Amino acid sequence: MPTDRELFDLELGLLLEAIYQRYRHDFRGYSRPTLRRRLTQALASLQCESLSELQHRLLRDPAVFTRVLGYLTVQVSDIFRDPPFYAALRAHVLPVLATYPSFKLWVAGCGTGEEVYSLAILLEEAGLRERAIIYATDVSASALRTAELGVYELARAQEFSRNYMEAGGARSLSDYYVAAYDKLGFDRRLRDNVVFSDHSLATDHVFAEVHLITCRNVLIYFDQALKDRALGLFHDSLVRKGFLGLGSKESLRSSVHSGSFTEIDRDNRLYERT
Amino acid sequence: MSSLALSELRAPRLSAIVLGGSAGGIEAVGTLLAALPERLDVPVLVSLHIKADSKAHWPLVFRASRAPVFEAEDGQLARPGAVYVAPPDYHLLVDVGSRLSLSADERVNMARPSLDVMFESAAWAYEGGVLGVIVSGANADGAAGLAAIRAHGGRAWVQSPETAQASLMPRAAIGAVPDALVLSLGEMAAALASWEP
Repeated sequence: MPTDRELFDLELGLLLEAIYQRYRHDFRGYSRPTLRRRLTQALASLQCESLSELQHRLLRDPAVFTRVLGYLTVQVSDIFRDPPFYAALRAHVLPVLATYPSFKLWVAGCGTGEEVYSLAILLEEAGLRERAIIYATDVSASALRTAELGVYELARAQEFSRNYMEAGGARSLSDYYVAAYDKLGFDRRLRDNVVFSDHSLATDHVFAEVHLITCRNVLIYFDQALKDRALGLFHDSLVRKGFLGLGSKESLRSSVHSGSFTEIDRDNRLYERT
Repeated sequence: MSSLALSELRAPRLSAIVLGGSAGGIEAVGTLLAALPERLDVPVLVSLHIKADSKAHWPLVFRASRAPVFEAEDGQLARPGAVYVAPPDYHLLVDVGSRLSLSADERVNMARPSLDVMFESAAWAYEGGVLGVIVSGANADGAAGLAAIRAHGGRAWVQSPETAQASLMPRAAIGAVPDALVLSLGEMAAALASWEP
C-alpha cells in the first residue's frame, strides 16, 4: 500500500496531465514543492478530500478549473521590485536601445503587470517609450486582465514609491497614476504601446524578434527541463546582443543555454545574447 | 535534557535538520551552527525573518559555523555536511532528494522566507528523518510547520521561551507541538556537539 504522500504525488501527476489534456495548460514541468503547497491550499478552499476529487470536478466544471488556475499561477510582484535591477537596465540597456529607431521588449510571465508599468515608466523617463513595443505575456487570463487594467490597491502605493525612488526615478511616482477610493490606476498612456497576450513558456513558441526580455521570478517555479525550454525561447527571440533580465535569485548556471549568453551585471542577473 | 536531545539525534537515522527563527534568531542559529559536529552527515537548512532588502551575506554572518554556509540557490542539491540559508525575500523549500527550490509566493505569517513553508516542505521531503528546530522570534510563524514535521514522524526542538530573546515564536511552537523537546540553546548546542553522526 502506498503512503499518503506517495498517493498525493501520484494524484498530483495525474491531475497535471488531466489539466493539460482537458484545458491545454501545462504545469507538468513546475516545481513540485510549490505545486504541493499551492494545491493543498486549493483543496482546502474548494473543500475537496483529495486531488482525485478535485480532478473529477475540474474536468467537468471549467469554473472549478479557473479557481485552481488562480492557485497555480499566483505571482507576486511590485512596481520596481528590486530597484537595483531597474537601475541596471537604465545603465546598461537603455543606452543601447536608444540607438535603435524602434525596438521591442518582452515581459515573459508578466503576471498582474507591475513589471510592465515599471518598464514603461523607465522608458518614458528616457524619452524612449514611443519607440518601443512591449509584449506582456502570461498563461493566466485573469492576471492579464488585471495587468491590462493597471489598477492596484492604494495600500501598496508607499512601497511602489519607495522602490521607484530607489531605482533612481526622476519624478514622483504619483505623476503616473490616479488614486481614487482604495485603488490606484496607472496612466493609460503607459500602455499605449503594450500588447497583452496569452503565451505559455511551456507550450508556445517564438512570436517576435525582441531587444530585451525580462522574465523575473518565473523560472524558479520551473524544473530544469522547462527552464531550459524557456531559455531556449528567449535565445531564439532575442536579436544578437539582445538583453535578458532574470529574477535576483535566478541564473543561467546549470542550463544547457548558459554558453549562449554573457553576463552583463552579475548582481542584477542581466545577460546579453552572444 | 541534553541527553534526551542527543538520543533524538541518534535514532532513527536523521536525514536533515531545519532551523528557523525571527527576532533574536540570527544569534541563536549562529550558536547552534557553531556547535555542529565535525562529521556532520546531513544537510542543514535555515530560514530567518529578515528585511527583504537585507544585504546579509550568510557565510559571513555565520562565519563561526563549523560546517560551510551557503545562500540557498534554486534547483541546487543540498549536500550533507553543509548549511543552506534562505535568501531574503524568498521562501526556501526542499524536495525529496534534498533538492532546494525558492519561491516568491506571497508572504506567509507576514514573512518571506516563512518557516512554515520550509518546515512543511521538509516534513514532506524527509518524513520522519527531519529534525525541526525553532528558536527566538516574535511571530507565530513555524508553529504549523513544526506540527507538520511531528505529524510526519519527525523530531521537534524548541528553544525554551524563558531563554529566548523573543519568546512568542517558541511559545506558539510549543502550543502547536506540545510534545516538542524544550531546550535552552546551551542544551541544544551540547547535544549537537556530542552527537557523533
